[in-house]
This record gives sequence, C-alpha cells and structure tokens, in this order.
Amino acid sequence: MPVKVSDSHRDSEPPYLHPDYRSTVRRAPTRELVRLPPEWFHELPGPAFGRVPVLAGDADLTRQHDGEPLGERIVVSGRVVDSDGQPVRHTLVEVWQANAAGRYVDPEDDHPAPLDPNFTGAGRCLTDGEGRYRFVTVKPGAYPWRNHENAWRPAHIHFSLFGPSLESRLVTQMYFPGDPLMAFDPILQSIPDQRGRDLLVAALDLELTEPEWALGYRWDITLRGRYATPREA
Amino acid sequence: MSKHPVPTPSQTVGPFFGYALPFEDGHDAASSQEALRIEGQLLDGAGEPVPDGLVELSGAQQFARCRTDTEGAFHFTVVKPAAGVEAPHLDVTIFARGLLRHLTTRIYFPDEETANASDRVLNLVDPARRDTLIAHSEGQLLRFDIRLQGESETVFFAL
Repeated sequence: MPVKVSDSHRDSEPPYLHPDYRSTVRRAPTRELVRLPPEWFHELPGPAFGRVPVLAGDADLTRQHDGEPLGERIVVSGRVVDSDGQPVRHTLVEVWQANAAGRYVDPEDDHPAPLDPNFTGAGRCLTDGEGRYRFVTVKPGAYPWRNHENAWRPAHIHFSLFGPSLESRLVTQMYFPGDPLMAFDPILQSIPDQRGRDLLVAALDLELTEPEWALGYRWDITLRGRYATPREA
Repeated sequence: MSKHPVPTPSQTVGPFFGYALPFEDGHDAASSQEALRIEGQLLDGAGEPVPDGLVELSGAQQFARCRTDTEGAFHFTVVKPAAGVEAPHLDVTIFARGLLRHLTTRIYFPDEETANASDRVLNLVDPARRDTLIAHSEGQLLRFDIRLQGESETVFFAL
C-alpha cells in the first residue's frame, strides 16, 4: 500500500495519494519527491509550446461544425497571473469538456448519453497582453464515472496552461458555482482546504454575460512562479 | 510585503483528453539526421501499463507530447541537448488519470558518464536511484521507462 508523500509546502494542492479517488492508489508516487533549489530551474525556459497549433476560431467551441451544439451557451473568461499577480501574457490555454448531455467525444467514453454532431468539446487560445483568455462553449453536463457506487462528476471544464517555466505548467479543472455534486466529488475534495477548492469554482459574471445570447462565467488562474519582477542574485 | 495570490490547485487530466491534447506529429520534436528516438513505457504500482497517460518532453527549445497507447508505450523523436551548467538532459512531465498533480522527471543520457557523475541534480538523488533517470541504449534508440511506484520507482522532482 503506498504511503502518503508529504508535501506540506503546497497546502492548497491535492496530495498524490487520495484513496477516495481509487485510481490514485496504484499511480501515486510513494517516494519523497527530490526538491530542486528554485534558482536552478528558474534559470531554465519552459516548454516551447509554440508547436501546438492555435487557429483563429479555436476559442469558440460552438462554431466548429455546420450547426450549433445543443445546450446552454456560455462565455468562460478570466485572467492568468503569476504568483506576484502579474499577467502571464501570450501563453497557451487548452480546454476540453463533455457536451451538454455529459458525454465526451473521446472514444474511451462509453457513457450512454448522446453525442452531439455539432460539438467536439476541445479549444485553444493564447492569453492576450493583459493575460486574459476567453472561450465560447456550452455548459457541460454531469456524468457517472464508476469510482464508487453512484459516483457522478460535477460539471467541469478541463484546462491546461503552460506559463513561462516548467514550474508554471498546470492542468486542472474549472467547476460551476452552486453545483451540489461538488460536495461528493473525490477529485475536487482531494484538495484539503476549502480555500483551495473555491479557487476552482468560476463565478457567474453579468459583465461577461452577453444579453439575449450567453451567460458569462469568470475564472481567474494563478500559475506558480514569479516572472515579472527581477530575481534576487 | 504584499500578499501573493495562492496558485490555482491542480486536478487530474482524467481519462478523456485523447481527442483534445495530442496534436499532429506532436511526438516528433525533430526530424534532422542527428535526431534520436526515445521509447518507453509508463507503468503503475502493479507493473501494469498506464494506457491513459500523457507524457511531455522539453529541452533545448524542443517540445513534444505523446499519449500512451494500450501498452502504456510512448515514443519521441528529439535532438539531444548540449551540455550546459548541467549534464545533457530532457525534462519530462507526466499526466494521467489518477495523478491529481502531474509528475516531473528527467531523461539523462547513457553516453555521458563523466558529465552525469558531476551533474548537480543527479547528485541530489540517492545513488541507488540515479539509474531510474538515465536512459538505456537499445541499438539505435534510447529506452526510458517510467515507473510510478514499486522497487524501481522513477525519481520525480518537486519544483
């Protein structure tokens, strides 16, 4: 049985081993991670993600097919900042999600909910000069996942971000405010503190909402590391 | 001192990223004649393949991404980085269902014994475990398996 690896410096991060999420039991590392002095890896540039193609229109998941997808059209937007609160500019943001019925296009998904011929559920964009991103999509549905009896994932959108260094790489999930399934979800509840869990929940935002067209959700993201300020020698 | 915002916590990549994150020729970061092929397998604590993992490799201005197949296998074509302050190496990032946070490791090269022996990062690692960070030559290619648990668990780094 794997032991819990301590990493107390990251109080809002989930542990690797969280047995309520069954898949962690055989996949969580059991040995202490080897900590590198921060100044060693801060010297190194992060992955050159420029190879990942970002096409105009990739940020609108409702216009990738001939027709419009079914479901509640939404705008999801926010700002990406570093640990000093400074904007992370021109960085790659990738998203993927289930359709409004709770079904992924991915062939591994066998949930018997309908696929939508007008929805793939994958998008990309680069943050602008202020660190902002914006996607148009439909609200994903909840879906069952067999982790335990009657297990259902709350509605969520997967996010992948790079930032400027290896340290800033982040893959996470955004949830929707007021979703009662969040309290029962071992993946979200793996985060030990409420403050950390709250950071993954978007806020309904009437400023982002487009009247007569789409509800807006705001979700800001903070990447690890500080890049805008001079480093100490 | 100003209060720093708390970094957004990580969550698993889940099992259903395969239609979204891989991109065309994503595992080939180089095509020149000096390019190297690296092959490996991602294995869990029972020694079973991890068929729903995503491995990213970076270094020397290269970036590559490969989804594991049903055997947990991944492969890359890259150019070997030059030696710098540290011995030549590639950075590896691993995502999978069941990994609530990604893992970071490094691939070092078997033909760099002298540079590896003085590498500051390898020297932080228990000598008995250093081998998990060094690829093995197999004919024309390099082999680098990643073991998430077990007796030869790969060394992972906290940044």
